[in-house]
Amino acid sequence: MAENLTVSLVAADRTVWSGEATMVIARTVEGDVGVLRGHAPMLSLLTDAVVEIAEVDGDVVVAAVDGGFLSVAADRVSILSERAVLASEVDVDQTRAELDEARGLIGSEDEAERRVRRAEARIRAVERAR
Amino acid sequence: MAVSLREYRARIKSTESMKKITRAMELIAASRIIKAQQRAQAAAPYARELTRAVSAVATFSNVDHPLTREEENPKRAAVLIVTSDRGLAGAYSSSVLKEAERLAEKLRSEGKEIDTYICGRKGEAYFKFRQRPIVQAWTGFSDQPSYDVAAEVGAALIESFLKEQGEEGDVDEVHLVYTRFRSMLTQEPTAVRLLPLEVVEAEEGGSVERPDPSDVLPLYEFEPSAEAVLDGLLPQYVQSRVFFALLQAAASELAARQKAMKSATDNADELIKKYTRIANQARQAGITQEISEIVGGVNALADANSGSE
Repeated sequence: MAENLTVSLVAADRTVWSGEATMVIARTVEGDVGVLRGHAPMLSLLTDAVVEIAEVDGDVVVAAVDGGFLSVAADRVSILSERAVLASEVDVDQTRAELDEARGLIGSEDEAERRVRRAEARIRAVERAR
Repeated sequence: MAVSLREYRARIKSTESMKKITRAMELIAASRIIKAQQRAQAAAPYARELTRAVSAVATFSNVDHPLTREEENPKRAAVLIVTSDRGLAGAYSSSVLKEAERLAEKLRSEGKEIDTYICGRKGEAYFKFRQRPIVQAWTGFSDQPSYDVAAEVGAALIESFLKEQGEEGDVDEVHLVYTRFRSMLTQEPTAVRLLPLEVVEAEEGGSVERPDPSDVLPLYEFEPSAEAVLDGLLPQYVQSRVFFALLQAAASELAARQKAMKSATDNADELIKKYTRIANQARQAGITQEISEIVGGVNALADANSGSE
């Protein structure tokens, strides 16, 4: 069995990150979950939040996801999210602007709320990565 | 000489400038196809993982989800037709529409009414011109669809599928007509049933691999529950299939356009050759005429001179 987890973080239109990792932390609908080697096979729903992937060399990859899935099987972790972005790719100023705009809309639609959550998740991801 | 030399020259010139345009369009389409193919490839991992996950859930729980449930007595079917926004792509849009008509005919013979959903301006124009109703149309992205559009289309289709029978806008089946990109040379219009989902086949079309049958699916734990996971998974699965269809259609459209523009360029070449020959003939005829006129004039002068002496 491999020494490490094989992780792939996939968005709808591209593979955001893939490689070997020692640990993955993600937030499912039931709470934060950490996955190490030898984890039981699991399929769970994620919420809009931050995913942390601890790389083999000690670096931590931080990404923001908006919902999606975490599937773990035989030390293979795949994180699927329609719009996943790495913290390093997030444009903070733009996201803050989006956040403010979406906050202004709140109360009127669910869509606005989703956008707020997404933007917040992205900003948290950036802050975590620092 | 029916048309003067000058007019032939003008025709050659205009054909030449047309050729320049078609040549440019051919080159643009060629470079965009590569991008479209890359996008389709980039989207493949997501579809693959999603398919794995869906088959995992389907295998380990008794699937009874609204999206997979067959209506006992289907009365209405929705057809989503993926066409292009712009023309000059040969028979691309018309062959999709033909395929859609064929499907509609088949559905009607099964006693189902048809709701039409359309992607692309060409399809919209086709239906508007014939004054046939369209339920919803999305336009303006046909050569580079984004996932957001696919999600929107998928959500609309799912919503109307989930309505109860008898409700306004309810459909019992959803079909998808798009052009599958086989290679640069062949693109074939394809009709597939999108909903109710048949659980679970790997995406057809070759760009997505089937999960290896030899690797036995592990016994998954589902959080919070198998139903909730399925609830979240299936709509995304539908959207990803719509996205897949849009990407395929985009690549097909560009390939069709490239082919059409290539033959237009070749035809322009032919035309220029033809006109050049006719123009040369006209020029020679003109010269011959002038010479015979001069000779005739000289002769007449000589005759007149000899007569007066």
